[in-house]
Amino acid sequence: MTTSLEEFLTARRAAGRRLLVPYVTAGAAPGWTDVVRAYADAGADAVEIGFPFSDPMLDGVTIQEASDRAIAAGTTVTEILREVTALDVGVPLVAMTYGNLVFQRSGAEFCAALATSGLRGLIVPDVPLEEAGDLADAAAKEHLDLVLLAAPSTSRDRLRQIAGRSRGFVYALTRMGTTGERGEVPEQAARLGRDLKELTDLPVLFGFGVSSPAQAAELARHADGVVVASALMRRLLDGARPRELGEYVASIRRALDGAVDREPDEHATLPRHRRRPDPQDQVGPLPRG
Amino acid sequence: MTEHALMSDPGTSGRFGDYGGRYVPESLIPACHEIEAAFRDAWADPGFRDRLTTLLTVYAGRPTPLTPAHRLSRELGITLLLKREDLTHTGSHKINNVVGQALLAQRMGKRRLLAETGAGQHGVATATAAALLGLRATVFMGERDIERQELNVLRMHVLGAEVVPVTTGSRTLKDACNEAMRHWVASVDDSYYCLGSVMGPHPYPWMVREFQRVIGEEARAQCAAELPAAVPDYVVACIGGGSNAAGTFAGFVDTTARLVGVEAEGGAAATFGRAGVLHGFRSLVLQDEHGQVQEAHSVAAGLDYPGIGPEHAHLRDGGRARYETVTDAEVVRALVRLARTEGIVAALESSHALAWVIRAAESGGIAPGSTVLLTLSGRGDKDIASIKELL
Repeated sequence: MTTSLEEFLTARRAAGRRLLVPYVTAGAAPGWTDVVRAYADAGADAVEIGFPFSDPMLDGVTIQEASDRAIAAGTTVTEILREVTALDVGVPLVAMTYGNLVFQRSGAEFCAALATSGLRGLIVPDVPLEEAGDLADAAAKEHLDLVLLAAPSTSRDRLRQIAGRSRGFVYALTRMGTTGERGEVPEQAARLGRDLKELTDLPVLFGFGVSSPAQAAELARHADGVVVASALMRRLLDGARPRELGEYVASIRRALDGAVDREPDEHATLPRHRRRPDPQDQVGPLPRG
Repeated sequence: MTEHALMSDPGTSGRFGDYGGRYVPESLIPACHEIEAAFRDAWADPGFRDRLTTLLTVYAGRPTPLTPAHRLSRELGITLLLKREDLTHTGSHKINNVVGQALLAQRMGKRRLLAETGAGQHGVATATAAALLGLRATVFMGERDIERQELNVLRMHVLGAEVVPVTTGSRTLKDACNEAMRHWVASVDDSYYCLGSVMGPHPYPWMVREFQRVIGEEARAQCAAELPAAVPDYVVACIGGGSNAAGTFAGFVDTTARLVGVEAEGGAAATFGRAGVLHGFRSLVLQDEHGQVQEAHSVAAGLDYPGIGPEHAHLRDGGRARYETVTDAEVVRALVRLARTEGIVAALESSHALAWVIRAAESGGIAPGSTVLLTLSGRGDKDIASIKELL
């Protein structure tokens, strides 16, 4: 048995770690797999890999531009899977894409192809709960965790259903709107994080608009961690090298670890310089399936 | 479990056979539920229906006439009847849907209408209805379409609407849809997305068809008065997303009439598309072998859409309707021919339906003596500049 995305993240959380999942659009720059490696080396707990789609409805300008570049460069699902198969970075890889690519042949075939290439999770933002039934079954059959999204507009009753159906983690949207960098942490995010934490033991990760280490740390207080996408992809589009992107992820890592240290109820009395045990010591790297 | 009758209420799943559904981000699900509930409630409310009928009559100019195209009929050896949506206020069938949705938005307490537009007809109609009901309007329009349809952009400005140029992707209708949906996600509390065709997430394909059904119902009654057989042999309409065709077909789906939707050759999702998911629904979509959605190309901006409404895909699969394509050159010739035989300058979009009728009548695809109802979805004033070069 291999470790699932959910088991991996849950174990890391149990070790007292705030979870960090950085994103990269596959094919947005030559050598994008080096970006995945840099993320993992910088302390990512999983890496989200965007499979570019021509009409990414939920994404803002940055990821649309990254997707357009990747498609123009000839990036295809087959090619991405070939490159992913050769990647061994010690943390789970999660695919993020849109329904049209997932259902090209069938959800079952797509899930099987992802699993064969070693991916552990799948996020499809335009396939909500009601449309996810067959896909969730197909994913489960392949031991692939289908991650569902929850939004600030989602009712509590629906949140319960989403939490019950989601695998791996629950992807909580910090705000209504598209992906993209933004300043403040909205109150609605804090509320959503709180509600989800009451309803589920699954890890809850915030995504959308996470645009600085400080903000990531602030958000992580209301859940188990963050997904960081546009802030990284903006830098990549502006020409940042994998090493520089890795440094940025490392800065978020430090901020998140600091957030754990500074958590008032449990750790307020810890001296600032005291090193927390490295979660890597307790939860080893992901064995390859 | 019984199969739904064709062109009836698709129920809460919004499925038409394998097509339709609600493929939108979780953030929009509550809004879709809210609109579906509001529409079900309004559609069952005689007060709402009366108000809509009154506005369509005293404001939009309904019922529209059925015009026998005498000279062209003689040339083609058929009886051709034109359902004159071009004579509505704002000059296209788009007003039927927009007045309905604007009334619904008002009933729901929304303050602003969002819309996408291709040729600009839906944008103009939305701007018009917003002005009528005291709502704000924000219209998303591809940069390329803004260049092609300058007149409609000016009309929207005069009507007080904000026109937002869309610079992503192919800079046409498909990208305007993406942008309108993104904007909707971010402003769903006070804004209502007034979708212009029988597409998008449930309940839009169904709701827009119901608001356009008035075309088919009027035409059915008018044909009964005009034709000895009461029902025409053919019912023909052009298809981009397919709203004027859906509204027309809805009036005839339970008759013997043969239903024909006519697409632009460069945007023929019913003919060249594969099943896919775009803009919130599953249907036939023009896409490459890898699943990337392709740009549609035609002389008519209003038909430059790479998908068709899910119900059309279902009607096609079941064989109840057939879908044909015509070329840009045929379309321009048809436009000029109608203008010179009947004194009617039809929109390039509507001229697609006409181009197929002409070809089919001249090649024997439509038997001599047949009766044909054609929905003339809009007027061609907006196209005069763009056909100048093609004449």
